Order: sequence, then C-alpha cells, then structure tokens
Amino acid sequence: MSGSKSPRNLIARHLLDVPRSGIRDFFDIVSTMKDVISLSIGEPDFDAPWHIREASVFALEKGATSYTSNLGLLKLRQAISRYVNSNFGVRYDAEKEILVTVGVSEALDLAVRALINPGDEVLYHEPCYVSYAPVVAFAHGKPVPVATSMENEFKLTRELLEEKVTKKTRILMLNYPNNPTGAAMTSADLQEVAEFAVDHDLIVITDEIYAELTYGQKHASIISFPGMRERTIFLHGFSKAWAMTGFRAGYSCAPPELTEAMMKIHQYTMLCAPILSQEAAIEALEKADHDVVEMKSAYEKRRKFVHASFMDMGIDCPLPGGAFYVFPHVGELGLSSREFALKLLDEKKVAVVPGSAFGACGEGHVRCSYATGLEELKVAMSRIGDFVARLR
Amino acid sequence: MDELLKMLKENALEKAENLAKMLDMPVDEVRAKIREYEETGVIRGYHAIVDEDKLDLDRVTAVIEVKVTPERDGGFDRIAKRISKFESVKDMYLMSGTYDLLLFVAGPNLKEVASFVSEKLATIEGVTSTSTHFMLKTYKHHGLLMEAQDEYERLKVTP
Repeated sequence: MSGSKSPRNLIARHLLDVPRSGIRDFFDIVSTMKDVISLSIGEPDFDAPWHIREASVFALEKGATSYTSNLGLLKLRQAISRYVNSNFGVRYDAEKEILVTVGVSEALDLAVRALINPGDEVLYHEPCYVSYAPVVAFAHGKPVPVATSMENEFKLTRELLEEKVTKKTRILMLNYPNNPTGAAMTSADLQEVAEFAVDHDLIVITDEIYAELTYGQKHASIISFPGMRERTIFLHGFSKAWAMTGFRAGYSCAPPELTEAMMKIHQYTMLCAPILSQEAAIEALEKADHDVVEMKSAYEKRRKFVHASFMDMGIDCPLPGGAFYVFPHVGELGLSSREFALKLLDEKKVAVVPGSAFGACGEGHVRCSYATGLEELKVAMSRIGDFVARLR
Repeated sequence: MDELLKMLKENALEKAENLAKMLDMPVDEVRAKIREYEETGVIRGYHAIVDEDKLDLDRVTAVIEVKVTPERDGGFDRIAKRISKFESVKDMYLMSGTYDLLLFVAGPNLKEVASFVSEKLATIEGVTSTSTHFMLKTYKHHGLLMEAQDEYERLKVTP
C-alpha cells in the first residue's frame, strides 16, 4: 500500500473536471432549514394517481418480482408504441425500436454513450437540465452549450446553432418544453432546427418529458419533421405528466440500430427497468388520460397565478409555454441569482433555485416551480413580493 | 363545466383576486360571473365540509332504499317530492335497479330515524317497501378523505 494517494488521484480525471451540481449545493443549505416553502422542486406535488399505484400493488400481489425482457415488458412497449403514434404522430416498432429505461435520465445516458466517440462535440441549449453536460463529459464527449435568452423566449434558433457547430459536432440535444425556463418550441420554431440537423448530418436526442404539459398550443415534436425519424432518439417517461418520479420509468424510441446500441449498454449495466414500475406504466398509458388532463389543468391555473404575481411585482417573467416552471428575471435588483436565492431563503423562508445552476446564461434568473399546492404558492408569492419591494 | 365553477367547487372561499389571476380575467368579471351563477341558481349555496366523526355529536345518518309504485301521471315525482320535503331527508335520488328512491336521512338517534321510517315514510301511499342502513363511519365525503393520512415527505430541492 502506498498510503499517500489523495482522493484526487483515485478518481478518473474526466470526472474531476465535472463540477458538483449547483442544485445539490443548494439542497444542502435548504435541507438544514425548517418551515421552508419550497419552489425548488422539479417534480409534481401530486402523488401518482391511486389506480396507477394500485396496479403496481396488484402486480406485486400476483408475484411480479422477476426480471423482465431487457427491452421491457412487451405489453408496455406496445402501449408506448400506440401512445407515441397517436400523440406524436410517429410509429415505432414495439419489438425493435422501443427500450424501457430507468427514467429518462438513464435513457439519456445510454443514448449519449451509444453515440459518442472521444472528442465528439455535442450541442445543447442552456439554460438546461443539470445532467446534460455531465453525461456528455462522462462519455468523453465535449459538451458545447448554446446560450438562449429571455429575448428569444429561451428558444433555439438556427442562427444560434450555426455559431457553435463545427466539423466535430455529432449530436444535438433538445429539451422542450424546457426545465428550467418553461419555454416551448412551436412547429415553426422546430422546422429550422430540423433542417439544421439534416444539413449538418447530426443525430438529435430529444427529451420530451414535459410534452403533455404544454399550454395554449399543441406540443410539437421534432420527430415528426421530414428526415428526422431516422436520425432522432426520442426520450419520454412517466415522471412529470403522470406524477410518477419515484417509479423511475422512462423510454426511448429510435431506429433499430440505435436502439440496439443503447440496449447493449442497458443490458449489461441495468438489465431491465423494475417490473413494478413497468406494470404501473402500463396502467398509466392505458387508463390515466383523465388524470393527466386534471393535473395539467391545475398547473395551468397556477402558472397564470404565479406569472401574474411576478408581473404585479414588476418582475420580468416570460409566460412559460410548458413544464411547471417560471424563470423570472431578478437581475436588476442588484443581486446575483445565487445571492437572491440565498437571501430570499434566509429572510423569507422561500426556496427558489438560482438560474446559474442551469448554465451560465441562467444568471440573473431564478427557477420557481409551480408544482406546489396553491395555498403554499399564495404565501410564497406574497413573501417574494415583500422581499422584492424591500430590495428596491 | 366552466373553469370558474370547478375552482369554486374546490374552494368556495377562494378570493376573487386570486381566481382572476388564475383564470386570466379581470376581477370585476369574476365577481359578476359568480353573482350571475348565484342569481340563476347554478350555484345553490355554499357550505363547509365537516368531519362529523370528529365531533361528539348525537346524530346518526341512515341510507334508506325505498320502493315506490309509480303513478300513471308523473311516475315517481309526486311521491318523491313529498318525501323530499321532510327536513330530516338530506339527500335524495331516483335510482335505476332494484329499488327506486335512495334517501340520506339524518336524525339525533336510531330511534328517531326508525320512527320516521315506520310512521312517515312507510305509511305513504305508493311506498311498497323500505330498507334502512345506518352509517357507521365516514371514510370519504365530497371527494375528501376524512382520515388524515401521513404525508410522505418529499425532498426540498430536486433538479
């Protein structure tokens, strides 16, 4: 034994370069405090609908305690195939093109690992979900952020993408409706992104976990554009619209050769998604349309309430087109995002996430989730109102 | 159903200002619409949902199935209206199936309800039989679970 190895020497170099998540950082502070109203939660405040939970309990009672096929239960893949076809307009073969994963997080990791050779560049938009750049780095790829801004409603444009694309670019990652900004892309917005992907021969990984939570317009998916099906890995899951985060149930839809490549990693590392979650997911797809509509309707009212509350405070806050976040701009109050969030937490016991946790261009913003009960939201908004008034 | 009505059904005490924000409507319009619903009888009233099991009340509730011979003119309506006027009948429905009317009857004790059934209800001409069930415990009322359940604690911050 050498006895002199510091932890730094023990850990893989490419991992050391990945910073700790800004969210985890913030979590450590919040979790020490009492009576906090948290708008920092990236999951529904609803429990999964009872009949979905009951389906899982029923399966457990029947003895569903085994592995499933690596791809996932065929019945679930068939249900996914029907669902994606009727809601996103593209048909995938349940036998060869659908893989059930442990949440979209696993699917994203599989997709990136299946595609990247060391040094390949991956374009992704910021602000974005915290895992995008790290999973690319873990796969020895080079994450290349494309900054979006409030001026263009946090949407990606061909112009922004053209500035960052190089000969080494292989992949474009998309997440609309977006966490943390709540931005949604229309069909017209996506058209030019699809053309960009075709022109540069890129593979697109599209994370559409918030698809059902699109407000005031129909959700548009890039998979439905000409030339996209064969170059796209479509990711979706049950965490958000069905309020099933803890089930960890997601899936990917992609052409057979891409699915097979992801499957190779999945089979050796994860084997299969938990059977009880898969049973619950079948129930979700077959019988929960009404629950999704009801929860969406609750989010929609809160979205308007939170947006109107920020506007009343004189805070610039784009009306989000999807997901369950608003991303108000608090930059002109003289504090950084992080300082704003810490001070608000300290003085008013309301937790919001600093926008900088989602990429450098998120600075000046904070993410507030309205997946929080209306009564708590009312109190939180009035406290933020007091706080902002005092800062001015 | 109108979104405003849905929200009032959920919480009739919600402030008009908040309703206006959530519906993206002017406050005055919200107030006017509520008034209109009240005046046209779409909204019949407001009441609190009380967990009576929590109170030490001397009170029983019976669910009574009633069979009635329908009449040539008006079917069940005349008898149903007559029964529904009793103050102790809190809710009442015409049903399909093996009986005709379903009554929710409240009274101070078992004896009072029993005498309502035997003296008032069963003696009405046209009522051919009654079947009385006393409620023992309320699990769910107006869509609300009556027994508080421990909330599963969520993380305070998640990505």
